[in-house]
Amino acid sequence: MAKNKKTETTTVTEPVRTSGLFAYAPAPESPAAAGDIAGSYGHFIGGEFVDSSGSEALKTVNPATEQVLAEFAQGTDEDVDRAVKAARKAFGDWSALPGSERGKYLYRIARIIQERSRELAVLESIDNGKPIRETRDFDLPTVAAHFFYYAGWADKLDYAGFGRNPQPLGVAAQVIPWNFPLMMLAWKIAPALATGNTVVLKPAETTPLTALRFAEICQQAGLPKGVVNIVTGDGRTGAALTSHPEVNKVAFTGSTNVGRSIARQLAGSRKKLSLELGGKAANIVFDDAPIDQAVEGIVNGIFFNQGHVCCAGSRLLVQESVHDEVLDALKRRMATLRVGDPLDKNTDIGAVNSAAQLARITELTDAGEAEGAERWSPSCELPSAGYWFAPTLFTGVTQANLVAREEIFGPVLSVLTFRTPTEAVEKANNTPYGLSAGIWTEKGSRILWMANQLKAGVVWANTFNKFDPTSPFGGYKESGYGREGGRHGLEAYLDV
Amino acid sequence: MSDVIRLDVMKTYKLFVGGKFPRSESGRVYEVSDSKGQWLANAPLGTRKDTRDAVLAARAAVKGWAGTTAYNRGQVLYRIAEMLQGRREQFAAEVAAAEGIGAKKAATLVDQAIDRWVWYAGWTDKVAQIAGGANPVAGPYFNLSVPEPTGVVGIVAPQAGYGHSFLGLVSVIAPVIATGNTAVVAVAADAPLPALSLGEVLATSDLPGGVVNLLSGRTADIAPTLASHQDVNALDLAGAIAHEGPGAATVLEASAADTLKRVLWPAVDPAAQDWTVAPGTERLLSFVETKTVWHPMGQ
Repeated sequence: MAKNKKTETTTVTEPVRTSGLFAYAPAPESPAAAGDIAGSYGHFIGGEFVDSSGSEALKTVNPATEQVLAEFAQGTDEDVDRAVKAARKAFGDWSALPGSERGKYLYRIARIIQERSRELAVLESIDNGKPIRETRDFDLPTVAAHFFYYAGWADKLDYAGFGRNPQPLGVAAQVIPWNFPLMMLAWKIAPALATGNTVVLKPAETTPLTALRFAEICQQAGLPKGVVNIVTGDGRTGAALTSHPEVNKVAFTGSTNVGRSIARQLAGSRKKLSLELGGKAANIVFDDAPIDQAVEGIVNGIFFNQGHVCCAGSRLLVQESVHDEVLDALKRRMATLRVGDPLDKNTDIGAVNSAAQLARITELTDAGEAEGAERWSPSCELPSAGYWFAPTLFTGVTQANLVAREEIFGPVLSVLTFRTPTEAVEKANNTPYGLSAGIWTEKGSRILWMANQLKAGVVWANTFNKFDPTSPFGGYKESGYGREGGRHGLEAYLDV
Repeated sequence: MSDVIRLDVMKTYKLFVGGKFPRSESGRVYEVSDSKGQWLANAPLGTRKDTRDAVLAARAAVKGWAGTTAYNRGQVLYRIAEMLQGRREQFAAEVAAAEGIGAKKAATLVDQAIDRWVWYAGWTDKVAQIAGGANPVAGPYFNLSVPEPTGVVGIVAPQAGYGHSFLGLVSVIAPVIATGNTAVVAVAADAPLPALSLGEVLATSDLPGGVVNLLSGRTADIAPTLASHQDVNALDLAGAIAHEGPGAATVLEASAADTLKRVLWPAVDPAAQDWTVAPGTERLLSFVETKTVWHPMGQ
C-alpha cells in the first residue's frame, strides 16, 4: 500500500524541536502529489461535471495555511433537483444489473482508489488539515477496503439474512461531514451501490475536493452516468437534498442537532433514515491496566485526527488509585506529540479543520476553565498561520462540567475518576450519547462485564479507534440509528 | 327452589403498571361498549401522569429484564402462553365482544395469540445468533457484534385490523420484551378489555413488574407523552395512524425525533392489517441495537 511506496526526497530545512525531547528533520510530502486542483468546481451530475444553476461560489481553504485551494459551487435547489433526477433516471438500469456486474464496478473503483491513493491522501490532507501519516496509513486504505468489502456483497444479497432477493430503496440522499471526507463517502456510497441504489452525495463545505476527485474515479471506472452524483454546498444544499420529495433514503453523518432536524423533517414520509451523530465516549482505565499501552490508547483515542472524531475517547475515566500514575505518563506522552504541518510525515496532530471549528473548541475549553476544571497543555509552538489547537487536558472535571458533557470535536480530553466498576459504568453511561467506549484492564471477565453494561455501539477493549469494513459501526441513544459496515450496513439500503 | 337470579360479579378493570393494578391517578373512567353499542364495562382513563409513572416503572425494570438470561426470558414468555391457555374462554369472550365477531373466530384468535407467545418464547435465545456474529476484521483482533435491547419501548397498540384487540396486541408486545426491552403500551382505546385482562395473566407468569405496562385511555393523551418522553428509547406506532391530530403517526414521529427515538411505522392501511399472518422477524429486530466489541489478540 501507499505506506511502503517510495516518496521523493525533500529539501531539509531547520530541524523541529519538540519539548526538548527529540529533534526531527522535517519530512514533508510534496503538495504537488495532490494533482491539479482546479480554480473552481461545479457539481458532478449525470456523469459529467456541470455548472451550478446559481452564481454563488464557496471557497475551500487549506486549514494549515489559510490559503484558498479552490472555489466550488453552492448547490441550489435546482442543482439538487437535477442531481436527484439524474440518479432517478439511472436507478432502473443500475438496480436491474446483475449483482455480479454491479460488484465489478465497485471492485474497479476500489482498485483505482488504491492506484491513486497517494494523490488522494495528499489532497485530503491539504483540504482537511489532517496529518498525511493518517490519510496515507488509515483513511485511504480504509476507503479502498470498504469498496472491496461491499463489492463482494453485490451478488450475495440473497444470503445476507434479509430474505430472498432484497430490493434497493431507490435514490439515496447522503450528507457527510468533514472529519473523514473520503472515508465517509466510502461508507455511504459503497453499500448504497452494492445494494442497487443510486446516490446523490453532498460533501461538507470545508472539504469538497476529494469527493470531486472521486467523481473522476467514477468516470475512469466507467460507472454508468447518474449512479453517483456529487453536489457541493453548505447546509442549505444539504437541507434541499434531504428534504427532496423524490429521494427514497436519507443517510446523514454529522451533528446530533442536524440529525434531529432531519428526523423531524422526514416524519411521516416513510423514508428510511440512518443517522450517525455525535458522541462523548468514555475511555475507562482500571488500576490493573498496562499503563503504557493504556496511555497510547488514550492518546490515540482523543488526539487521532485532531479529536475530530465522533467516537473519540473524550472522557477519560481513570480509577482513583492510578490517577496520578496515569496522568504523569499521559502528560509525558503528550509532550512528545508533534503538532504542525499536516504534510510532514512526522506530524501527529495537524490543523483544526476550520476557523469555525477552532472557535467552537476555544469557546468550550474556555467555558471548561471558567467552570473550574484545571487546564493543561504541553508547551508546543503552533504555526502562525492556519487553525491550530494544542493538545489539551482537563483535570478535576465533574460530570456536570461542560467539557464532560458537550462534544468538543477537538484535541481536548476531560479526566474524571472512579472507584468501582459499577461507578465507572454509571459515569460512562451518563450521557445522551452512546457511540463508543473504551476499557483498559487485564481482567478478562471484567472486560466482558463492562462491555455488556456500556450503552455504546462500539466498545474497544484494550484498544481504541479501530475500524474495519466488516465491523458494524453506529450508536445507541442520541448518537443516531442504523449501522454502517459489515452485513448490518446493508440493511440501511435495502427495502427490508 | 328459589327463583332469585344470582347476580354476576363484575370485574373492575384497572391499569397494569409496575406489576400492580392501579386505578388511573385521575380517578376517571370511560365507558367501553361492544360493537353494537352495548355497555361492557368502565375502563380507567389513563392520563399523561399515568403514562409518566409507567415509563418510570418500565425504566426501572430494564436492568433486571435485560440482564436475565435469554433462556430465562424464554421460560417466562412460555409461562405466559401457559397461563393464557387456562383462561382461553375468558379471552375469547372478551375478544368476541371487542371485535364483534363470533365465538369460534374469537377463540381461534386467542389460540393464535397463545401460539404467538410460544413463537417468541423460542426466539429469545436465538436472536443473537441470527442478528449478531463474528466480524473478520483485517488485523489481530477479536471482533463480535451482538444485538442488545434498545431499552424502554413505547407501543401504540393496534386499534384496527382483524384480531387487533388481542392477537394484535400480543403481536406487538411479545417481540419487544423477547429481546429484553420493557414496554409501555397504549392499548386499543375502544377495545381495551382484553388488553387489561392480559395484565392479570402477565402478573402471574413470573414476568417482573414493570416489564410490560398497560394503559387504557385516550390515545391522544398517552401516545404523545410516550413520543416526547426523554426516557423512552423507541416507539412502535402500530396503532397510531387511525387518529388525526395529536395521536397521528406523523405527529408522534416528529415528536420522537427530538430524542432520536427508533420508530417503527404503522402499516400503510392499519384497518386492512390481518394480525393472523405469521409475523417474521421484523418487529423482533426493530428494537435491538448492535453492539460491536473489539479486543486485540496476542500472546
